[in-house]
Amino acid sequence: MAVDVQDVPRRESALLRSLKGIALIRESMVGMIGLGIIVFWVLMALLADVIAPFPPNTNYLPLATPFTPTLDGEGMFWLGTDLQGRDILSRIIHGSRKVLMLAPLATFCAYLVGIPMGLAAGYKRGWVDDVLSFLSNVILSFPILVLYVIIIATIGSSAINILLAVTFASAPGIMRIVRGLVLDLRNREYVFAAETRGEPSWRIMLIEILPNARGPLIVDACLRVGYVIITIGVLGFLGLGLPPPDPDWGGMINEFRVMSMSFPHMTVFPCLAISSLVLGFNLLADGLREVSLRD
Amino acid sequence: MAGVAQDFDGPILECRNLSISYFTRAGEIPAVIDFNLTLHQGDSVGLVGESGCGKSTVAMAIMRYLGGNGAIVGGQVFYKGRDLATCSEEELRQLRGSDIAMVYQEPMASLNPSMTLGKQLMEVPLCHEDVTEEEAYARAKQVLADVKLPDPDRVMNSYPHQISGGQQQRVVIAMALLSNPSLLLLDEPTTALDVTVEAGIVELIAEIAEKFNTSMVYISHNLGLILATCRRVNVMYSGVVVESGTVHEVFDQMRHPYTKGLFNAIPLPGTNKKEHPLVPIRGQLPLPHDRPSGCYFGPRCDFFEAGRCDVASEGSTVAMTEVEGEEGHVVRCTLWQEIDWANYKPEGLDGTELQAGEEVLTVKAMKKYYEIRDNSIAAMISGERVRHVKANEHINLEARASQTVAVVGESGCGKSTFAKVLMGLETATDGAVEFNGQDIASEPVQNRSPKQVGSMQMVFQNPFDTLNPSHTVGAQLARVIRKFGVESDPDKVQNRVLELLDLVKLPREFVWRRPRQLSGGQKQRVGIARAFAGNPSLVVADEPVSALDVSVQAAVTGLLMDIQREYRTTLIFISHDLSLVRYLADRVVVMYLGHIVEKGTTDEVFAPPYHPYTEALLSAVPIADTAIQKKRIILEGNLPSVTNPPSGCSFNTRCPRKIGGICETEPPPDVEDSPGHVISCHIPLEELRAVEPVIVQVENDQPAAE
Repeated sequence: MAVDVQDVPRRESALLRSLKGIALIRESMVGMIGLGIIVFWVLMALLADVIAPFPPNTNYLPLATPFTPTLDGEGMFWLGTDLQGRDILSRIIHGSRKVLMLAPLATFCAYLVGIPMGLAAGYKRGWVDDVLSFLSNVILSFPILVLYVIIIATIGSSAINILLAVTFASAPGIMRIVRGLVLDLRNREYVFAAETRGEPSWRIMLIEILPNARGPLIVDACLRVGYVIITIGVLGFLGLGLPPPDPDWGGMINEFRVMSMSFPHMTVFPCLAISSLVLGFNLLADGLREVSLRD
Repeated sequence: MAGVAQDFDGPILECRNLSISYFTRAGEIPAVIDFNLTLHQGDSVGLVGESGCGKSTVAMAIMRYLGGNGAIVGGQVFYKGRDLATCSEEELRQLRGSDIAMVYQEPMASLNPSMTLGKQLMEVPLCHEDVTEEEAYARAKQVLADVKLPDPDRVMNSYPHQISGGQQQRVVIAMALLSNPSLLLLDEPTTALDVTVEAGIVELIAEIAEKFNTSMVYISHNLGLILATCRRVNVMYSGVVVESGTVHEVFDQMRHPYTKGLFNAIPLPGTNKKEHPLVPIRGQLPLPHDRPSGCYFGPRCDFFEAGRCDVASEGSTVAMTEVEGEEGHVVRCTLWQEIDWANYKPEGLDGTELQAGEEVLTVKAMKKYYEIRDNSIAAMISGERVRHVKANEHINLEARASQTVAVVGESGCGKSTFAKVLMGLETATDGAVEFNGQDIASEPVQNRSPKQVGSMQMVFQNPFDTLNPSHTVGAQLARVIRKFGVESDPDKVQNRVLELLDLVKLPREFVWRRPRQLSGGQKQRVGIARAFAGNPSLVVADEPVSALDVSVQAAVTGLLMDIQREYRTTLIFISHDLSLVRYLADRVVVMYLGHIVEKGTTDEVFAPPYHPYTEALLSAVPIADTAIQKKRIILEGNLPSVTNPPSGCSFNTRCPRKIGGICETEPPPDVEDSPGHVISCHIPLEELRAVEPVIVQVENDQPAAE
């Protein structure tokens, strides 16, 4: 029977469908707040050159408290200046760039490693599972901070190395989550159906199973970006972060922590920046979970 | 009991114009509308209907347990004359579990896995009454004996996972009985159980109702079970009761077209392919927020009259009227008095006999053992490190073109393993499986050619699981077409997808739909389309309709038969539903614990001589026909474990006709009753031939479907 393909209604475009999916987050109050915070920081990072009142690495009046006017009286150090006289607000705004580049990228890399491991362990079972699970247990049994310190201290501190360290330390956790999801999904009848038509394993794992695990994984990814932001902050605080003089939130806290009693503004504001961004991602994750659980 | 008189002599339970709604994102969704029920002491009423008809919601509303988003929006529930809406939370808590008890579908989910059963049982009297531990223990033990559990002492000290599913459900019923409730709500209490176990529970429920004079509300989708347990029945459809009356009134003189449709859509002993074929109800259940105006059944009804049936005469639907001369028999239909049932001849499924063709599948002495490695130290010392699960033992079977071979048996009988070996997901341990002349017993699916794989496909059981929720219907079908090498050009693939949708009678715009936008029956149709994408010569259907609603079951069954007729496909139909098997199968194979105990043509297997297990199975099937009398054979004991099967005949531990030591020592011989009808049993054939039929038609000789 000849059939004209044209007589079938076309589906709406892929773009429209994904936008509709994203729009669901509007139904969650916390999710919207989280998204708002994240959008705020993304705008800050994108428009840093326009928004920041001063260049981040230029030295002005040292040790100015918040709301100190500049010497020429035309500007204002809204959040004060540090020991070298650099404007703290401008440094925080510029610092957001690195965090917002590095944290999602590092999380993405960790998923790139963790997902195939988890798929293989959960779907193949047997010795593959035994080996991968053993490896991940070994890595997870290390105190995570010590692990970071060892890695960065060995290979040196740079953006790429932070990325590698985060991937190495988070991939086992991601593997476990994926493995758990796969163990459940592999017993679905559509997986049997794919097996009975002789599909190769990689196709079953990537096309039949993985898309159905996306919900929990997206929520987990949001939380994980938050953790990575903290990690980057901690590494900066330990002096293992990005090399100076470019502003780095963790590094800013570390630099002036000895003076934080007398000049709290030097440390408090970078701290607030970190926690607000992490909060944003956590709230977004909560919102996504809330929306996905509704019918 | 606070606020409720113990010696109240009015109705135990009364629902007056009860309306219940759920409040969701999409707004208010009425789940139950204008529900009325009066239940007296010792009476039993059944609520029967398809999924989403609101029957469980009614039970939850009686318990006042509707969750955060449900609420009673109209009417009242009176328990012993007391309006439950006026009860405080504390009073309700006292009522639940002591005066009103509930038994749910899934026994394992109702029992706490980390507490012994005894502790859980004792909690009931300890919580609701002022008794000592000893008294509670004694009562718990007594009630376990009441529900006929062997060895109550052992059960008291067991954890839920240590007893079988049927025993678990008995414990749950015991728990419900412990506080001598006046009202027992049973929500599909046997749906999760095997049919022979179900028979035992149903008998128990009927006995309890009599012995303790408990009032019961029995919720089920199975008309046969309602007949076995209840005196009155309410037939529900899409949130409203469409017909209510005594079981005999509703089953024998139904007035509502939906009730009639239900009985025409289920295979009864009176239905057969030629004279009384199954009649599917067309269309599908309306969504709760999308009900038609007037009669909710209107769009699917053969008697629909525009202008009368689509006008709401009371509230949002049509009014109930009482059948003259039959007090209490009410019908929610505007036209019921005008319907001429005698001349109603709906078009049934096409039941043209198919001529069996050449042999397609031959299974010879196939065995499938699974190895279990025991890594415990004890096993290392004794040297018995490998044990075998004998999932399939000595399977012999033939199937011809356009034949339907049913494989029947309860869970654990090895029928799924058999399907897996056929499909190549497992390889046979021994024996041969010849498919179109080639031995595929030891060829895993990866080693088979695309053509071989495509010519043997499977239809799965669970419609909610059979399609991948992440991909569109079209993409999933297209993948199969490409995989089997039917077409490769994208346009031709797309055309073939549309043809497949036509084949299973689904609209073409479904290609872009995702599975969640489809109803259960529609998903199952897509599953069938997928199986037939590679023009298979053999299709294994693993319980293809058992998870579907009654009104769509017949339609999907008919679809399978139509496609089979068109393509001369061999159908291996795996099922536990003997009524359906009797209707559509040409040959039947009965399995028990990995063995074939009986095989033959459908007529041979369903008439004496029977294997004792076949006999018990037949007797266990609930039949929704008042004109049928069955022998009652309740199997004792549990299904033995496949790792440690009984010696001799595998059925000897539960066989009601066991003849002695030989059953325990010698494997039974395959005795041929007539060519092709084989029974493996030690009992002499003459004796088996003398057995009376299990199912006998009494009273009228009219088939019940008339």
